Amino acid sequence: MDILRIATAGSVDDGKSTLIGRLLYETNSITKDKIEALESASKRKGLNFLDLSLLTDGLIAEREQGITIDVAHIYFSTPTRKYIIADTPGHIEYTRNMVTGASNAKVSLILVDARQGIVEQTARHLSIASLLRIPKVIICVNKMDLVQYQESKFNEIRDKLSELVRKTTFQGQTVSYLPISSLFGQNITKKAVEMPWFNGNTLLEELETFEFAETLAQAPARFPVQFVVRPMTEAYHDYRGYAGKISSGTFKVGDEIRVLPTGQTSTIATIEKFEKSLDQAIAGESIVMTLTNDIDISRGNSIVLASETNVPSLKDFSAHVCWLDHQALSPGKTYLLQHGIHVTKAKITQITERLDVTQQTSTTEVGQLNLNEIGKISLRTAQAISADVYAENPSNGSFILIDEFSNSTVGVGFVV
Amino acid sequence: MSTKMSAIHNKIGHFPRELEDESIYIMREVAAQFDRPALLFSGGKDSITLVRLAQKAFFPGKIPFPLVHIDTGHNFPETIEFRDWLAKETGAELIVRYVQDSIDQGKATEERGKYASRNVLQTVTLLDTIEEFKFDACIGGARRDEEKARAKERIFSVRDDFGQWDAKRQRPELFDMLNGRISVGENVRVFPISNWTELDVWNYIKEEKMEIPSIYFAHQRQVIQRDGMLWADSEYLNKEADEIPFETTVRFRTVGDMTCTAAVSSHAVDIDVIIEEILSAEISERGARIDDKRSEAAMEKRKQQGYF
Repeated sequence: MDILRIATAGSVDDGKSTLIGRLLYETNSITKDKIEALESASKRKGLNFLDLSLLTDGLIAEREQGITIDVAHIYFSTPTRKYIIADTPGHIEYTRNMVTGASNAKVSLILVDARQGIVEQTARHLSIASLLRIPKVIICVNKMDLVQYQESKFNEIRDKLSELVRKTTFQGQTVSYLPISSLFGQNITKKAVEMPWFNGNTLLEELETFEFAETLAQAPARFPVQFVVRPMTEAYHDYRGYAGKISSGTFKVGDEIRVLPTGQTSTIATIEKFEKSLDQAIAGESIVMTLTNDIDISRGNSIVLASETNVPSLKDFSAHVCWLDHQALSPGKTYLLQHGIHVTKAKITQITERLDVTQQTSTTEVGQLNLNEIGKISLRTAQAISADVYAENPSNGSFILIDEFSNSTVGVGFVV
Repeated sequence: MSTKMSAIHNKIGHFPRELEDESIYIMREVAAQFDRPALLFSGGKDSITLVRLAQKAFFPGKIPFPLVHIDTGHNFPETIEFRDWLAKETGAELIVRYVQDSIDQGKATEERGKYASRNVLQTVTLLDTIEEFKFDACIGGARRDEEKARAKERIFSVRDDFGQWDAKRQRPELFDMLNGRISVGENVRVFPISNWTELDVWNYIKEEKMEIPSIYFAHQRQVIQRDGMLWADSEYLNKEADEIPFETTVRFRTVGDMTCTAAVSSHAVDIDVIIEEILSAEISERGARIDDKRSEAAMEKRKQQGYF
């Protein structure tokens, strides 16, 4: 059973809460007592239907009290897979939360109100989904019930959306368009009886049939060493295992490997998972690797295949960065850069661009980057990092910036 | 079989292995990023799962941090017995600190009345223990599916020296990069099973064939009926005159203190039945709010599934 991580973002007016509520309801993920509570709450509001948006109501109350608008995690499962929804409620300016919520997502769920069509937020979401290289975007044209389920209305919005998507999308990204009504459960998990003209998948079918694991296993092999296991017991006197989670690609027993940044080479002797020995392991697996000879490897080093000629090693490079902190990013400042588990100092030498994610334009000669802004920067690190270009290998191409004094995570970067 | 029941059956025994990989990665980050981490062990299924994950993360090495148990003095004897067995089995260091000592030192005051428990008092002892050992990271078994505020909790959650969580000052967590840098006096609570649901935990216990304390399975016990729930009778429970203990077959769905953990009527003697019970309970009710009508519905569902 695998896990599919989904990110949603957008204003409540688009019906996002109702959509999530509907998904949970129709997949039997809501307990009976909660449904009963919903029924009475809906009645109290004078409604003759189940107001599923009330399921995430606690979050709305939180927002009204002025607590940080933040990512919430919601869980449901089907016989096929487990789903984790990163629900990032927020106003238009909360790019920070969208990026945070979407960072682990394989699917971006974008809602459009059928009455309004494309709004600024739609363009922002599409841009961010592409910046983060999210492979699957599902655009749900919601509230079709309020436009009498007209096919022409959906087609009109879809055509405009496709124009926008042409500007933002990248090769390998699939974008689908669904007419839905969250309120009446049309095209969420069941075919829309009200829209017989639509032959496509329901939302759940889109999610259930989406395949993504293979591409990661085929990416260049990257194994950052997290922890060196040295039991030093009698039974394991000379044992030296390198523990970590494979970030991309596949490693097999017998593979010749190279350690970055030292450049030493060796051969994989064993791949272990607790008491089991494996022939191979792929991206996402937490393993312990042993090598045929003793070489000096420590935390933060990266293991790659020796056959690879173009190994990543960056010291002076450019990156897109989304700024997450109230204190602006200014050129010349030094931060700690964490790439995966490897931490080194980094100096921001220049901010070269500020992106306007809604207009798909950029400005040059930028003095500083403020909270929620996305820009392009040049930076130099104290030690080389073994990062790939984000667009080519997303799981090894991002980093965070940490303020040395407050210890906060203040920015997220994507190597270009 | 109704579609709902077949949906239940399809959810049994499917543990997403990715969750284990993620949790082991978090365990290793704790060991690497902190000087003095500790694993908070309560004897419940979630912390037993944490111990299993820690064991796997550092194998064939030993768990490189101690298990810390804050003993309220009101634990089930079965839990204490299990705790000592597990520490021996894994070779992990076990540190026990007692709420009774905090009370004796005048730092905590025993609650009064029939609902008196030492649940709240534990915090005092915990914070003292953190200070005594200078722990900079404490691993806990909380999960995001438990409730709405938890849904927003980070995996590395920074606390000030009063152990307080400031929702407004949470660090963004991007991709799988964990930032455990802290200032003097701060410490971090770490939640490696944040993304697990209750069902995931039980499916994992089943797949891993893990030992759990006997009180999770059906057994005969003296209980009293209070607020529609079954409370284990013990010397620590303040009973009223009309609360007469009687013997019945029960098990515990969660395991905490004897004074604050309600038992459920159950004949579940193995883990499959426990999982089925949880699934049918998930449909009808979640949490400990047991009223007659609902437990009847749950019973009906269990009967539909064909056991006893």
